[in-house]
Amino acid sequence: MDIFFFKLTLIVYLIASAGFLFFIIKKNKKVGYWSHRIMLFGFALNSIYLTLSYYQLGAVPALTFKTSLSFLSWTIIAAYIIFQVKFKLMVLGSFVVPFSTFLMIISSTIPISTITVRPIFKGLWLPLHVGTSLLGDGIFAIAFIAALMYLIQERQIKSKNLGAFYTRLPSLNSLDSLNYHAINYGFLLLTIGMITGSIVAQGSHGSYWRWDPKEVWSLITWLCYAALLHQRMAIGWRGRRSALMSIGCFLILIFTFVGVNFLMEGYHSFESLERSQLP
Amino acid sequence: MIKIVNIGMNHETAPVELRELMAVGEHTIDEVMGTIRTIKDIKESIVLSTCNRVEILFTTDNEKGATESVIDFLCRYSQISREKLLPILYIYNDQEAIRHIFRVGASLDSLIIGEPQILGQVKEAYRIAVNHKSSSVIVNKLMHRTFSLAKKIRTETEISGSAVSISFAAVELGKKIFGDLEGKKVLLIGAGEMAELAATYLVHNRVDKIKVANRTFRRAVEIADQFHGETISFEEIGDQLLHIDIVITSTASPEPIIFSDQVKKAMKGRRNRPLFFIDIAVPRNVEPRVNEIENAFVYTIDDLKGIIEFNLTKRKDEAVKAERMVDEEVIKFGEWLKTLDVVPTIVALKEKCKKIRQIELKKTLSSLGNLTPEQRKSVENLALSITKKVLNDPIVFLKSKENRSSRNLYLDIARRLFNLDSDNENTNKKSYK
Repeated sequence: MDIFFFKLTLIVYLIASAGFLFFIIKKNKKVGYWSHRIMLFGFALNSIYLTLSYYQLGAVPALTFKTSLSFLSWTIIAAYIIFQVKFKLMVLGSFVVPFSTFLMIISSTIPISTITVRPIFKGLWLPLHVGTSLLGDGIFAIAFIAALMYLIQERQIKSKNLGAFYTRLPSLNSLDSLNYHAINYGFLLLTIGMITGSIVAQGSHGSYWRWDPKEVWSLITWLCYAALLHQRMAIGWRGRRSALMSIGCFLILIFTFVGVNFLMEGYHSFESLERSQLP
Repeated sequence: MIKIVNIGMNHETAPVELRELMAVGEHTIDEVMGTIRTIKDIKESIVLSTCNRVEILFTTDNEKGATESVIDFLCRYSQISREKLLPILYIYNDQEAIRHIFRVGASLDSLIIGEPQILGQVKEAYRIAVNHKSSSVIVNKLMHRTFSLAKKIRTETEISGSAVSISFAAVELGKKIFGDLEGKKVLLIGAGEMAELAATYLVHNRVDKIKVANRTFRRAVEIADQFHGETISFEEIGDQLLHIDIVITSTASPEPIIFSDQVKKAMKGRRNRPLFFIDIAVPRNVEPRVNEIENAFVYTIDDLKGIIEFNLTKRKDEAVKAERMVDEEVIKFGEWLKTLDVVPTIVALKEKCKKIRQIELKKTLSSLGNLTPEQRKSVENLALSITKKVLNDPIVFLKSKENRSSRNLYLDIARRLFNLDSDNENTNKKSYK
């Protein structure tokens, strides 16, 4: 049953992505409005899918790479919906929704693996750790996309070559402020995610910190974002420089999310999570 | 058969001195409308006069006579001799007249294609015509079609898309940098006409107080008063860069007055908040290298001109699409005009009743079951005679109006009452706004 909702979500997201792309190319507001509606519907389906998998598994559905990708795609859309309320940048959807759909497509190509749910996966702390970390990642993805949009728009204005993107993209100021807000909230959630993570680790392994690769790289990511926030708040960085740095930070975050799991062995990797025994 | 004629001149055919003589102002419009209405052959009329054109559109049964009378009137009114007037006039008939008014309303015939004022001016002209009761069925329909077509063209093409004046392009850029211009601080250095115009646009966008620096202090005070702003001295410019968001320079100074190092220093103090320079001066007042500083943006007059040229060609491309939409609408309107003859309306009326009769007969006969041929015949006769008798009076009435001037009005009402053109009535239902 849950796989049915997964497929349905993917189809609806694909339609919404096509709509959002049509919207940005043709500047057709009506299509944009409807794409947003379709995306909300897809988000509802995605939520149903995640809820069903949670009950079926008895644990948060982010223990394999496949499921955590679809969870991440959910948090990105969730973050987009929240930011949409404040910033009302419909055109952001033309970047975010296809990106999120892309993650769903990757997730759909990975075969389903059955996983034994160890007792430690149950309970309150793990969902809290996974939820906040992934929502933080989703918000950082929004910051990353806003930074990309900023760089494109800034290039257009600086080079005085006002091409197709110039009329379509929002103002530099709103992109910069979106980036700033997203990094603030993303950082807050990442911090909570790491604290709850250490509580989970204490429960399962008896220590808060074990220098596991994922833990180390999460710390590096956290320090990078902390540095970026410092530059923005204390030094007064703005615009291009902070956009570039937030893109750099996000690349490190992607490595933490993907690379560490495949390149380095540790108790946090999906491979070991899928095993039934503790390493 | 009724004819539509449009006589006029515009920025292409007539120089401004002659257009001025012809212009119809607020004070003279009543007189002009009154005179035109008294011309014997003219049935409906509308007069449009803007700074770029004067147009008189009318319907008539006697095309030649009415046209001559209008030209005579124009000669008298403008005091231009007939020989001088004729070469600068254009006279369009029927399809061409319809196309012309559609193009004017959609701003395809404007000096700057896509400029938005013309539609308002056409609406105003129509309002005056309605007040003078000089418009009736054809002009009403024609104008409503003009308005809806213009609106459609504006939303479906990008004919009025992007800025085509220096100051407007600058404001648009400002919005792309700052998002909202409200509360932004503006500094005018030097006082050129174009700089003032740009400042005016910025004030419209609710920027904060405008500050003015000028070599001659008196002129600075004058401009500052105009915008309720304040004056500063040239020496203060460096300090002001810490607070100002938009700088417009237009001095005659042969050397730059804003330097890269100065801006770099100011950027630190202003915590990298964006700074937008609009340099209208030739030679430049702002060092070109300032544009390389992060969060500082410099646009010179040439940059802005480049944008405008680009936007203008874009508008021209869009105009091709718009022309096609005009063509479609001209054909549709021509078809509607044809129905204003008595015969097609009567035929359509009879057809409609025949259709209803046949459908209802089919229903009734099938529900009555087995009938003898005689019974069947009498039911059919009943239906036939009812529809015939109902239609008799309206048809006689319409025929009696065949040679009357009110014919079009009654035909139009008949077609609407019986819903004879169900597909193209949407535009007509909308009341004039």
